[in-house]
Amino acid sequence: MKPAPFKYIAASSLDHALALKAEHGDEARFLAGGQSLIPAMNFRLARPSVLIDINGLGELAGVERSEGAEIRVGALTRYRSLESDSRFLTDCPLFADALPHIAHPQIRNRGTIGGNLSHADPASELPAVAVAMQARMRIKSAKGGREVAASEFFQGLLTTDIRSDEMLVEIAFPAPRARTGTCFMEVARRRGDFALAGVAAVVTTDAKGRCSQLRLALCGVGETAVDASTAAASLIGQPWASEAIETVVSEVQAMIDPPGNVHASPDYQRHIAGVLAQRAITAAYSRAGHAG
Amino acid sequence: MQVERHDIELSVNGTIYRRAVESRILLSDFLRHDLELAGTHVGCEHGVCGACTILLDGAPIRSCLMLAVQANGHELSTVEGLAGRDGELHPVQQAMHDHHGLQCGYCTPGILMTMTAFLKQNSEPSEHEVREALSGNLCRCTGYQNVVDAMLAAAQTIRAAP
Repeated sequence: MKPAPFKYIAASSLDHALALKAEHGDEARFLAGGQSLIPAMNFRLARPSVLIDINGLGELAGVERSEGAEIRVGALTRYRSLESDSRFLTDCPLFADALPHIAHPQIRNRGTIGGNLSHADPASELPAVAVAMQARMRIKSAKGGREVAASEFFQGLLTTDIRSDEMLVEIAFPAPRARTGTCFMEVARRRGDFALAGVAAVVTTDAKGRCSQLRLALCGVGETAVDASTAAASLIGQPWASEAIETVVSEVQAMIDPPGNVHASPDYQRHIAGVLAQRAITAAYSRAGHAG
Repeated sequence: MQVERHDIELSVNGTIYRRAVESRILLSDFLRHDLELAGTHVGCEHGVCGACTILLDGAPIRSCLMLAVQANGHELSTVEGLAGRDGELHPVQQAMHDHHGLQCGYCTPGILMTMTAFLKQNSEPSEHEVREALSGNLCRCTGYQNVVDAMLAAAQTIRAAP
């Protein structure tokens, strides 16, 4: 055994899980896929005294959508189900790019979208995807529910807006828009390793092919996902011009403050963030044309 | 803290086991120490190396990242269940033997479990797909080349099987 002792409770319903969390507060952790929490417990970096297992709560898993409406993903939906849901990948193509970068098949069979976003690892792909897609995070406690924009949900290193009695229960992504293209790219030392830098881009064009909206978010280059959409403001209303992207690249590089690690210096992370931003915007732009 | 135990019932390689387990027992340790199925190896014990890969309801998972108590009611497969009762090796095991896909063998049970599940889903993989499927299993001896050869050969055997 590696984890420190804890009390294990399999929640029988969402209400049961939320009541337990209200009772135990910060001493308790929800156990979803466990692909980040259990390693932390094995190292005893995390020592919750109560584990509330929510894996039995089928109501928290699955994708719901209706024509033209937002796409609602239950927090307990595993990466594997998203990867094999072709309609979801068509509606949210950033996931088709990003999911294969998340660890390895064995991890993706267990890991969940809600666990990923609640954990808020700075190098994780999905926080950047959620910020770029302007996802809405639906949070519940025994007292009621609330909704937070992804850009306000991630507050710092492994820190989110979730309070000690709350659970992230659903993530809502906007309905697909016309003339919109997306792209996610990252650089890691090996496939499945933590990203040294990653970029998610969402580009919407008008009927004449001018950029009408550009969302840009980065992972791996700060304490949490970075919303870099303002760096691309100069492209709005403009026809496609590869020279204009150069400005965006320098803006992105100026606004991030990568920490550096054993695999990459801050300068190298800044460099690849710029290169990836350039490539991801270019690819998203071209996909927007095809999506026309 | 008082030691808290939970009664669990699970199937491993078709055999039903009933045990009382402490909450914090990892599934990997439960298999090895409680059920004495020591074919499942533990390497890093934080989900990186893949040595402890087993099948949970047919899908490969890291058994070091799951608690034994969570396996209650599930069907598991481990490396002990791969060969036939008469000792005939599974095509993936035979191919690893034929192509010298192992040296020290520590990573081998994890690779076998990952790849039997993969080849069941995709019996006509490209070399690239095999390498992608192997990405979650570390091997420090072989350099992977012979493992890849073995998997491509195993795929052929599986396709040719009646």
